[in-house]
Amino acid sequence: MAETAIELVGINKTFGTVHANRDINIAIPRGTIQGIIGENGAGKSTLMSILYGFYRADSGEILVNGEPRTIATSNDAIAAGIGMVHQHFMLVQNFSVLENVILGAEGEALLGRSIAKARAELKRLEREYGLDVDPDALIEDLPVGLQQRVEILKALYRGAEILILDEPTGVLTPAEADHLFRILAQLKAEGKTIVLITHKLREIMAITDNVSVMRQGTMVATRKTSETNVEELAELMVGRRVLLRVEKGEAAPGDVLLSVKNLTVRDSRDCIVVQDVGFDVRAGEIVGIAGVAGNGQSELIETISGIRRAEAGTAWLKGDTIDLTGDVGSGELRMKGLAHVPEDRHHVGLVLPFEASENTILGYHDQPRYLHGPMLDIDAIRQGARDKIARYDIRPPNEYLKTANFSGGNQQKLVLAREIENDPDVLIVGQPTRGVDVGAIEFIHKRLIEMRDAGKAVLLVSVELDEIRSLSDRILVMFDGRIVGERAGDASEGDLGLLMAGVEHRRAAE
Amino acid sequence: MSVPFAKLPAWADYGLIPLINLVVAFAVAGLVVLLVGESPFRAAAIMVEGAFGSGRNIAYTLYYSTSFIFTGLAVAVAFHGGLFNIGGEGQAYIGGLGVALVCLAFDSILPWWLTFPLAVLGAAAIGAGWAFVPAYLQAKRGSHIVITTIMFNFIAASLMVYLLVGPLKPGNSMAPQTRNFLEGGQLPKLNWLIELFGGTVRSSPFNLSFLLALLCAFLVWVLIWRTRLGYEIRTQGHSPKAARYAGIGETRIILTTMMISGALAGMMALNPVMGDQGRLQLDFVTGAGFVGIAAALMGRSHPAGIVPAALLFGMLYQGGAELAFEMPAISRDMIVIIQGLVILFAGALENMFRPSIQTLFASVSPRAVGVAKSRGGEA
Amino acid sequence: MELLNTLIVVLDSTIRLSIPLLFACLAGLYSERAGVFDIGLEGKMLMAAFASASVAAISGSAWFGLGAGILASIFFALVHGFASITHRGNQIVSGVALNFVAAGTTVILGQAWFAQGGRTPSLGTDARFNAITLPFADAVREIPVVGSIYYELLSGHSILVYFAFFMVWATWWILFRTRFGLRLRAVGENPAAVDTAGISVAGLRYRAVICTGILCGLAGTYLALAQNAGFVKDMTAGKGYIALAALIFAKWRPVPAMFACLLFGFLDALAIRLQGTPLPLIGRVPSQVFQALPYVLTVILLAGFIGKAIPPRAGGIPYVKER
Repeated sequence: MAETAIELVGINKTFGTVHANRDINIAIPRGTIQGIIGENGAGKSTLMSILYGFYRADSGEILVNGEPRTIATSNDAIAAGIGMVHQHFMLVQNFSVLENVILGAEGEALLGRSIAKARAELKRLEREYGLDVDPDALIEDLPVGLQQRVEILKALYRGAEILILDEPTGVLTPAEADHLFRILAQLKAEGKTIVLITHKLREIMAITDNVSVMRQGTMVATRKTSETNVEELAELMVGRRVLLRVEKGEAAPGDVLLSVKNLTVRDSRDCIVVQDVGFDVRAGEIVGIAGVAGNGQSELIETISGIRRAEAGTAWLKGDTIDLTGDVGSGELRMKGLAHVPEDRHHVGLVLPFEASENTILGYHDQPRYLHGPMLDIDAIRQGARDKIARYDIRPPNEYLKTANFSGGNQQKLVLAREIENDPDVLIVGQPTRGVDVGAIEFIHKRLIEMRDAGKAVLLVSVELDEIRSLSDRILVMFDGRIVGERAGDASEGDLGLLMAGVEHRRAAE
Repeated sequence: MSVPFAKLPAWADYGLIPLINLVVAFAVAGLVVLLVGESPFRAAAIMVEGAFGSGRNIAYTLYYSTSFIFTGLAVAVAFHGGLFNIGGEGQAYIGGLGVALVCLAFDSILPWWLTFPLAVLGAAAIGAGWAFVPAYLQAKRGSHIVITTIMFNFIAASLMVYLLVGPLKPGNSMAPQTRNFLEGGQLPKLNWLIELFGGTVRSSPFNLSFLLALLCAFLVWVLIWRTRLGYEIRTQGHSPKAARYAGIGETRIILTTMMISGALAGMMALNPVMGDQGRLQLDFVTGAGFVGIAAALMGRSHPAGIVPAALLFGMLYQGGAELAFEMPAISRDMIVIIQGLVILFAGALENMFRPSIQTLFASVSPRAVGVAKSRGGEA
Repeated sequence: MELLNTLIVVLDSTIRLSIPLLFACLAGLYSERAGVFDIGLEGKMLMAAFASASVAAISGSAWFGLGAGILASIFFALVHGFASITHRGNQIVSGVALNFVAAGTTVILGQAWFAQGGRTPSLGTDARFNAITLPFADAVREIPVVGSIYYELLSGHSILVYFAFFMVWATWWILFRTRFGLRLRAVGENPAAVDTAGISVAGLRYRAVICTGILCGLAGTYLALAQNAGFVKDMTAGKGYIALAALIFAKWRPVPAMFACLLFGFLDALAIRLQGTPLPLIGRVPSQVFQALPYVLTVILLAGFIGKAIPPRAGGIPYVKER
């Protein structure tokens, strides 16, 4: 058997004019954990989709165990011993674990025997790897961590020797992530090869043997994990020295403008996602909320901005007490001077088929300045749009253009222009630079600092720790739905990392 | 939501593609004519002649079109709000009740020009009311509006049969219909309008509600693109999450949109009931509610597209009647086939020819297609 | 005794009236379970009724008629598949369109071929599916209650009736005991899961709509060759939609589908039986009440007042591979 489990040679893939993978070469040794790291959009997922037969490469070769293989469909990949755990689980929610495991690998036309066989096989896998899960439980009743375990079981049941995991910890609590890493180590010990795709440096350092870095569709470097460090990997990922320090002066915090008290939120599955959270944001300061994605930050800002209903809690906004358990509505909060740049600009912050000018009034469309009675004042709207486009350097400067046709950075500027130009007292910003090009990032950061210096209260949520650290005057860390610590803006990455991982929190609990 | 195809210039998007779809629909219909053993070209000629050959024929064409403008607008308004109102047929049918009740109550005491606005209100109110229940169930209980509106079509049909064979039927009559309306319950004809342009019309059902339909088309345009409510409807239709973010109440928009839609569908009843037959009778809608779906799809939910699409279907209905007369092998059911094919090709298969047209455009002038320059990274 | 006889007569006609609903309902079940909504059951039934009646009239064979009905219905199902699976068109729109095409085509072709105003020629005994007598039916008919139930109610239906009930069991078995059924249910809930498991989503959905075609073909054939003796314009008269209502009522499950269809058939039978006869206590009930009842019941169910009808999660949504 060859030493190399997988080798990719000269892989190219384009989508229209986008060169998603450019001449990729990589060799992954058997029995190791290989990390593939890169920013969002660097081409990691495309590469893995090619390996799993979801897309076909335009050119290039795939060798499995030293032999060239044609992988045109997922079936070919499965036959070659490749299994994949997708970022969004590929499970049928109202099927049992067993049914999900055998789907596509039933063996014969009748289910009776294949189910019995799968049941025995699951028992064996449980013994060998500690992958225990009730085979008759319905997926929709299982917590996320167990659902992921079912995905791993699916791959192993199909005899996967090579396991690809795409951003596996994005949805996991730190405890679940730890458990996953133990399982992966166990799998490696059994001789399986594991490919871990992530954009989190910490995970790479913690568990991989080798790491490859992707940037803008190319594979820029491969290192032994033991011979590299976080700084070098970060630099390789971004392509220049990471220096996200934004020029800013001392903060001059004034009165409290927003105060949240005893906030508890349940999600649609009735799980508590925000628990008894309270904090203040003062005029003239940026408060950053750090945390691993999925620890309740999204629900927190959705609730404060009136999109989601709280289980309990109040907000105090410039002297008004607002009961967040009622149907507050974002319109009412907006009137009281609270603006919100949502995390998901494609589905929430913008209506993509609208003309740019129409999106510059979204949420403010009921203000008298845009209306003549029940009618829209089209001239005022277009004039307002032209002003915003000019002031925020939105390109192309065309207020008639469909919003979908702007780039990510310009779309985000459009949202920011709308929310900031309305002169709010409190600005809530979620993931302001996700999927935004470098030039726009600087522009957006500057605007947020300007807001602070103009005496506004800014609440910033971001999963990019660098962004939090470079912008915030105070940092709150969220873990498992709670605020587990508060630090000054210049807190060290290591300190914050421990908080984000829930370490301090767990210690306190013990 | 990702857009599956690159952008075409507007004229191709709104002109060329619908035209191609239409041509294919007619080509397939032509095949059916061939199968029956007649010449499709002669059939087409007879239809056009039948629809436009004389003042009287034009009047009939416009009469049919009137109904389709109403129902087409009804479907389109719902589309803008992201709702599929397949219940136009039932809303129009039940809307006839509004017209009839007003006419029966006032035709002996009021002149037509006072009965008319009341009848408009009656038709709109009952149509809106009939749409309200499915809308409410969708908004509050999450019941699929397509299914509930279909069910309401059948419930409306049963209800109307019950009323017309029972309570609404004059005691001394056998036919399942109301008594004839007096002059105060009949709309004036618009034959003079055609005669103004040199046509001659001895008698036709073409009546005042045509002008009301055109007015409604204009008002729908204003509503959708020039009012705050329209802005909210479109936001809700494109992205319910964005609507929530913008503070737009989902329930309010679903209810209002469907009630406007139902009101427009209900007003369709004015045309046959008050404008032509002068009484309420069974099955006067004759599928106009469904033709509205075709008109809205073809007209891309824009009044400027719906009016011509409704004219086309009016032409088919009138021309089809003549065709049945001239070619006995081809009954009026030919229109039903064409209508189905138009819905199929302009609606369900609207994107069938798009990729090849885009390839064509891209090879002729790549810039016109506006290939997105942004990095595909965020997908 | 009188009451029992009346009851048996009503139940007997309940069965006859339920069969087309049952076939169509099971037909819709395959398609919708696979994630393809189909409001074109009506059109496919109509097409099948016409095709089977035409071929039976020409060939004189009911079985040839059945074959033709099934083929015609499959053809329409494939067009629906082509629009909604291959071209990812709106499934509702496609269904509406095909219902129209079927309504028009059957009459136009019927008139062109047979020149009887859109009807097909009346069929003789050989060209129809006739009642079959179950074993010992004649022997036991004199036994009170049990005998008459066996003779009147269970015996004396056409082969298609028994086949319909067999299909209820078969559908359940296929759905929950076979690989095809597992995949079918999966593709209607989460097509991406099926795709990543290396199974073709489009292939599965096409097979599902073909099943729909076959069963709608049986529904239409039953109407034309068993319940009636030929095709009449618009003879389905909304049965496709009632079947759809029954499918929702049954929450997309085979055995409840049978009961829903029997219930709706019973309402129909009752309406016919009670025409003009006053009921004790209530008085005369307009027959329209019975006609509207299936729809009203379905709306009430949809509103969630009697349990919640949750459709297959991926229903109505064309599958697009995510980047």
